[in-house]
Amino acid sequence: MPHTGFEMSPDPFRLRDPLRARAFADLLARWTPPRPVRIVHVCGTHEITIAQHGLRELLPDGVEVLEGPGCPVCVTSTRDLDRAVKLAESGAIVCTFGDMTRVPGTRRTLAEARAEGADVRVVLSAADAVAIARKHPDRPVVFFAVGFETTAPGTAAVLLDSPPANFSVLCTHKLIPPALSALMSTPPVHIDAFLAPGHVSTVIGARAYAEVAERFHVPIVVGGFEPLDVLYALWLALRELREGRAEVENAYPRAVTADGNRRAQELLARAFEPCDAVWRGIGTIPASGLRIREDLARWDAERRFAIEGEPGEERPPGCRCPDVLMARAVPADCPLFRTACTPLSPVGPCMVGTEGACHVWYRYGGRPKL
Amino acid sequence: MAVVTSYMCLAVPTRVVAVNGNLATVNVQGVHTQARLDALGEPVAIGDYLLVHAGFAIRRLDPEDARETLRLFDEIFALQAEDG
Ligand code: SF4
Repeated sequence: MPHTGFEMSPDPFRLRDPLRARAFADLLARWTPPRPVRIVHVCGTHEITIAQHGLRELLPDGVEVLEGPGCPVCVTSTRDLDRAVKLAESGAIVCTFGDMTRVPGTRRTLAEARAEGADVRVVLSAADAVAIARKHPDRPVVFFAVGFETTAPGTAAVLLDSPPANFSVLCTHKLIPPALSALMSTPPVHIDAFLAPGHVSTVIGARAYAEVAERFHVPIVVGGFEPLDVLYALWLALRELREGRAEVENAYPRAVTADGNRRAQELLARAFEPCDAVWRGIGTIPASGLRIREDLARWDAERRFAIEGEPGEERPPGCRCPDVLMARAVPADCPLFRTACTPLSPVGPCMVGTEGACHVWYRYGGRPKL
Repeated sequence: MAVVTSYMCLAVPTRVVAVNGNLATVNVQGVHTQARLDALGEPVAIGDYLLVHAGFAIRRLDPEDARETLRLFDEIFALQAEDG
């Protein structure tokens, strides 16, 4: 690879100097509401920034930040996982993102199916799965599509780009705003504000949260992923709480506009329609999933292959993932955390996904200030 | 850090080194990789920064906006100090 010289230049998008972080910590302290508050984010990348840079150490007493259902791998239902495993066992080449191969469904993981001869491949992009399908025209190739609004446009793009006949998509994409509504309407609710995921918002736009903010009178601040981005967003949330406002604010304007990415939205609208979806640990959330539209049905694995998952939802005994995903508990509240449950032998899905709260806490020791 | 392969959810700033129709070659922390431009909806030139997620560019980034954000932070600090 030719050396371009670029690699060595400082990254203009790194916003993480300790001086400004300190200044934000002072601001957070000055704006702490009189009663304890819980701010919930729904993005594994936010959790990684917070844990990796020790941002909880900078939070004043009484301000707690928790990860809700922010890891697509963790919220994929066992039924969908079972269906992917069955497709692989029945001879299809199943392509998916890395973490997905290690999450247990009812009986086994995709990696275990692969160990017994199934053809399961890890891809970095929906386009990679199409390339595999072109290389193996005689075999069914299924892209097991997971992820939120950030990932779904890629799946939409390949579906709309006349993929080969042997290609299909097992579509389990999910939507963030309905999940925020579900968190706010499933008692007991202890959520004072949301830190909304920056890159989901790049696609859907900050305005997409307005309805949730208004309906539940909850501040929603869109935040980026550099440490200073997160601190700024948290400060805006505290300020809203102190002033009794419940608005959508955009703390990540360099990547997010009010309207979002119109082209990506158009791809989503042409390829998918909303459907009810089951979130692992949470249950069915109305209109929180994306299903492939009728005119693209021939690339829909669900319509093409009669595959059923096992009934019911596999819940490992003792695992508190449902509470972690509902932002009612942090990983350290789980008695199995770091003892029976580790990334090498995960008990629940939140320890498997590299974006799962339990996994992130295990890696970075993200225990909050108590 | 091998971010490109580790996290499916991490969208990272990359820099365009070549454009070929619907496909850009981008530099991510020294590694060259491909990014599809279908979902972007704006023109791309060599040297541009792109936010790439799971192989698809979702936004063009301007380094000036990042500097603008830092200036905004400093204004906030100054204002808040005055209110002190
Ligand atoms: S530590 Fe393991 S068992 Fe406990 S909630 Fe997390 S994933 Fe589940």
